[in-house]
Amino acid sequence: MLKRTIFQKLALIVGFSFLYLPILLIVIFSFNESKLVTVWGGFSFKWYGELFRDEVMLSAAWLSLKVGFISATLATIFGTIAGLIMARFGPFKGRALLAGMMSTPMVMPEVILGISFLLAFVAMEKMIGWPADRGFVTLIIAHTTFTLAYVSVIVQSRLADMDPSIDEAAQDLGARPLKIFFWITLPMIIPALASGWLLAFSLSVDDVVISQFVSGPGYTTLPLKVFSSVKLGIDPKINALGTLIVLIVGTAALISALTVMRRAKKKG
Amino acid sequence: MKTFLNRLKSIRIGRGTVIGIPMLWMIIFLFLPFAIVFYISLTSLSEGTSPPYTDIFAWGSDGLLTIKINLANYTGLVLDNLYLISYASSVGYALMATFFCLLIGYPLAYAIARSNPAHRTIFLMLVIMPFWTSFLIRVYAWIGILKENGFINQILMGLGVINDPIPMLYTPFAVVVGMTYTYLPFMILPLYSNLEKFDLTLLEAAADLGAKPKTAWFRITLPLSMPGIIAGSLLVFIPACGEYVIPSLLGGPETLMIGRTLVDEFFANRDWPVASAVAIVLLAFLLIPIVWFQTLERKADKKGAK
Repeated sequence: MLKRTIFQKLALIVGFSFLYLPILLIVIFSFNESKLVTVWGGFSFKWYGELFRDEVMLSAAWLSLKVGFISATLATIFGTIAGLIMARFGPFKGRALLAGMMSTPMVMPEVILGISFLLAFVAMEKMIGWPADRGFVTLIIAHTTFTLAYVSVIVQSRLADMDPSIDEAAQDLGARPLKIFFWITLPMIIPALASGWLLAFSLSVDDVVISQFVSGPGYTTLPLKVFSSVKLGIDPKINALGTLIVLIVGTAALISALTVMRRAKKKG
Repeated sequence: MKTFLNRLKSIRIGRGTVIGIPMLWMIIFLFLPFAIVFYISLTSLSEGTSPPYTDIFAWGSDGLLTIKINLANYTGLVLDNLYLISYASSVGYALMATFFCLLIGYPLAYAIARSNPAHRTIFLMLVIMPFWTSFLIRVYAWIGILKENGFINQILMGLGVINDPIPMLYTPFAVVVGMTYTYLPFMILPLYSNLEKFDLTLLEAAADLGAKPKTAWFRITLPLSMPGIIAGSLLVFIPACGEYVIPSLLGGPETLMIGRTLVDEFFANRDWPVASAVAIVLLAFLLIPIVWFQTLERKADKKGAK
């Protein structure tokens, strides 16, 4: 028994060190005065200052936030509808096709998705003249399409846990389907919608490969900017940027952990 | 009665529209694009035109429809070593990354599943959190670790284990490490959800019947956790096969992977028909693991529904 607990502790230590040591190094060296990323030259906020003075980086971040916000919202709308259909509509013609198309973006390598989106946009432009060029609109369409699958899975599994008899009761009392959805189903699945939106947003804001295909000149998202500067070598500003991202995600995780614990305490 | 019928009708119309919205979006922006890639993979490169490929269907001057299909893009993939090596090494690196993910992920998932339930949520959150932080920055972190004067080399030289730095960055090793690191959460989560449901009394029964812990693990735990192992391995293997960012940041010029070759072919050489053929062949190859994964999911779904 003792041997087993030692093994388990070891597995936890090794596993989590592997996951977190690289992130920890980024955070530490973001405060490094020296430009040499691996030699400690004293504590400094220098790179944060440089990061916030980098106009190109800032405008790339702004574009990423805009694209992420719009595409996550669209993905949540379409993904919720799709999740509702899969969980509540029973059999219909084309159900297998919809289910297949919904799960495809989650398992398909991004390069294949990226080339498909771009070639489709080019072909559409040739045939119907729209979209006229690659940029904001194509980024949003592509990001919505590959993230809505994730939203639909989350919504679908939340609906599967819910008791459908509540909807049926409302229906028996004469409520129309649309009213049932907005007054009963939607309030109950709001948490799933929120986590779906957040996931879609973070996938969009983090995407490199698909954006590289569907973006055009003048539309450099933050990951595209980071990718091109990292390809040229180490840049301490990226450490500062990474630390800020870790800070934001860490805070969000902490808040959600605390809410879960408080809720668990209330129930208990 | 009449109002009831009217209501039924309105429900049916609404239903079709509701189904139509996501269906139409996905057909136009997901299904059609795949069809277009397949179409372009059968055209020929036409330099100087925009887009840079020929049409398959054309009306000849005699008013007849001519169809020109070019299979050379596909035969070229077999005849050119660049593509064969790219495909083979992608599979090789992806398999290695899957193996290392399993090596680190299985004990971790096992330990989390056996840990105090109060800690479990926190551990799980710690597994998922890296996934929410930027993928690009996590890969970038490894540049600093594996560089010539990076973290590992400095520690090893400081300890006097080596005199000269070991070249690690821009090698296949760096690519495999980067992919293992990036995809580890994908391995742990399905393994955890499988191991969490594991009935510990089975092991007690085995011990009562005289089985040694090792025998019990090989004969009971391992076979029962197979669905988790397969699901996790597929979730690592499939995206790793098509990986583009990791080989271009951590790999050297000779670290070929098909995702990188595809992007180069597309952007640097502007050979859209060949790039399309590369994508179609990759898709055809990955169809087996993808369908396998989806079947597993459907099975798990049905079990969950019961």
